[in-house]
Amino acid sequence: MKAPESAPKPKAPSQRAQGTPIRALRTAGGLSVRFELRPLVTVVALLVVALAASVVLIGTGDFQIPASDVISTLLGNGSVAHEFIVNDLRLPRVVVGLLVGAALGLSGALFQSVTRNPLGSPDIIGFGQGSTVGALVVIVLFKGSAEAVAYGSLAGGLVTGVLIYLLAWKRGVHGYRLVLVGIGAAAVLTAVNGYLLTKAQIVDAARAVVWITGSLNGRGWEQVGPLFWFCVILIPLVFAYARPLRMLEMGDDVAYALGVRVERTRLVLMTAAVLLTAAATAAAGPVAFVSLTAPQLARRLTRSPGPNLLASMVMGATLLIAADLGAQRVFGADQLPVGVVTGVLGGGYLLWLLAAERKAGRI
Amino acid sequence: MPARRHALRAAGLLVSLGVLLLVVVASIAIGAKQIPVGDVWHGLFGNTGTDNDVVIRELRLPRTLLGLLAGAALGLAGAVMQALTRNPLADPGLLGINAGASAAVVSAISFFGVTSLTGYVWFAFAGSAAVMVLVYALGGVRAATPVRLALAGTAATAALYGYINAVQIMDTAALDKMRFWTVGSLASASMSTVGQVLPFIGVGIVLALIVARPLNAMGMGDDTARALGAHVNRTRAVAMLAVTLLCGAATAACGPIVFVGLMVPHMVRSFTGPDQRWILPYATVLSPVLLLGADVIGRVVTRPAELQVGIVTALIGGPLFIFLVRRRRMAQL
Repeated sequence: MKAPESAPKPKAPSQRAQGTPIRALRTAGGLSVRFELRPLVTVVALLVVALAASVVLIGTGDFQIPASDVISTLLGNGSVAHEFIVNDLRLPRVVVGLLVGAALGLSGALFQSVTRNPLGSPDIIGFGQGSTVGALVVIVLFKGSAEAVAYGSLAGGLVTGVLIYLLAWKRGVHGYRLVLVGIGAAAVLTAVNGYLLTKAQIVDAARAVVWITGSLNGRGWEQVGPLFWFCVILIPLVFAYARPLRMLEMGDDVAYALGVRVERTRLVLMTAAVLLTAAATAAAGPVAFVSLTAPQLARRLTRSPGPNLLASMVMGATLLIAADLGAQRVFGADQLPVGVVTGVLGGGYLLWLLAAERKAGRI
Repeated sequence: MPARRHALRAAGLLVSLGVLLLVVVASIAIGAKQIPVGDVWHGLFGNTGTDNDVVIRELRLPRTLLGLLAGAALGLAGAVMQALTRNPLADPGLLGINAGASAAVVSAISFFGVTSLTGYVWFAFAGSAAVMVLVYALGGVRAATPVRLALAGTAATAALYGYINAVQIMDTAALDKMRFWTVGSLASASMSTVGQVLPFIGVGIVLALIVARPLNAMGMGDDTARALGAHVNRTRAVAMLAVTLLCGAATAACGPIVFVGLMVPHMVRSFTGPDQRWILPYATVLSPVLLLGADVIGRVVTRPAELQVGIVTALIGGPLFIFLVRRRRMAQL
């Protein structure tokens, strides 16, 4: 990435107003709905990318299947062999990937919005670390099965969520205090994790590192079930609260004056975010940096203020699937866990966007 | 009123120095092997080569000195970083320093076959410095804003950790080494390590203290700072350089100990208020108290084994930090 030091570009004098013009769709009956074009296009484009990547990913592996066959199999017209490979082996993995990515992206957007800090994502303020403690205890101390590890991480994530909320509570949970308490908790939990890793036998430590990185290898329909229900219940709930959340970003006092029930909104949204993170982590491990980078990427692509919930969610799913596809294609099937690539891909992309933004004079 | 407050703060600083001295003595005297105070004195000033003298001079003294240097460096760097990015979450890891150092160390282990802790030092230092320069360039050099710096640092960290994890997963031997380096420890300190990092940390401390005043102005935003006559870009560059020197050296010598740099400035701010001219010296003095204190405790609790200082710092510091956050309204940046 080269620094754009070349010719002193004339700074775009017409500093483009943030965001795109807001359009409205009116019906004959006098109903109207307001929408912004750019976010809408972004979401649709990301969806297309995610679905295309999913199809290619299903076709990727030791037994390659062309995309056309994958699509016809998904539509129920495939051969028996293809049906087994697609529906029983590879589809669940892809579905887990999409759901995990969506859940992480959404919860990241929620946390970053509630704490009003781009770094206030669940993997910075302790929730990811809590899940990791639960999983590591099972791996290192009990040498438990994959299923036990999932339960351990779920329990760890939920207990941490409750604990952090209670510790941050003092006549309401202020975003700033929540973040600081979360960071304190994250430090303690990271230390516990480090300690567990140094005490583990090297075989267990290696298994633990794969889990910590986050992986989709060997995920089947049994992981899809619980995660799917979490998403089905929580995602609509979150979107129902999207409007008050947007007002909450203006500060507690303003939101209160505008009629938002500040504490209740925050409690509901944070509970949903914690549950989403915990469920996603239980299914695939704490896939690194999706919840941190997805909202930032989404925001830069939509150029729209506000929490960008939908775009962040779709971005998370796209990022995770694209990363898994990259891991499978470049390094061979089931060699590298997806978490390795999400970091590289998300981080690299964000760096590139920052550089591009700078060149264009948009800060 | 201000005069009295200054006197009070100066007195507090003296008291802190006294506490630091006590902790230093404790760090030399306490350990797996019990050594009476008389022998400690003898080891320090009248070395005749007895067993106790060797323990004191070869093990405890370098370890204590390194803890002192690293602690001061991490705390000061954390304070500068929080002022610079105007983000209470900023810590020495934020601008990619830990990730850069870790990536360099894991490469050193896996590809260059470096296995000794002293061998890591230069790799770690080079790695953190390189990432810092990258982050600064992407953060916008002249147009850098706190949020952009933080985001660039985080993005670099994300990308580098992907690489680090990949190497660890493919090379189990590297993982075996890395898991001990990552928690952060003072146990392998030697006089040569202390000598290696001393010049960097010394220069870093001087630079950081120089920018305390302009950082105060920049706390009010870049425009106000400019109007007040501060050289915003120059201050930012010097502060970044100071942080690189301080953290790069400390991380290279003892591994990524993050929490000290995050927590101490918050604690200090709760009784000094937002004036960097007090925050920075206090952080310099109190951080080694935390680090050395944690190291002493780590030596005692599981005697004769040891708990790494990075783990103890977080286990003690975390709850203390949460307690402080809850007790009073935290001083905002």
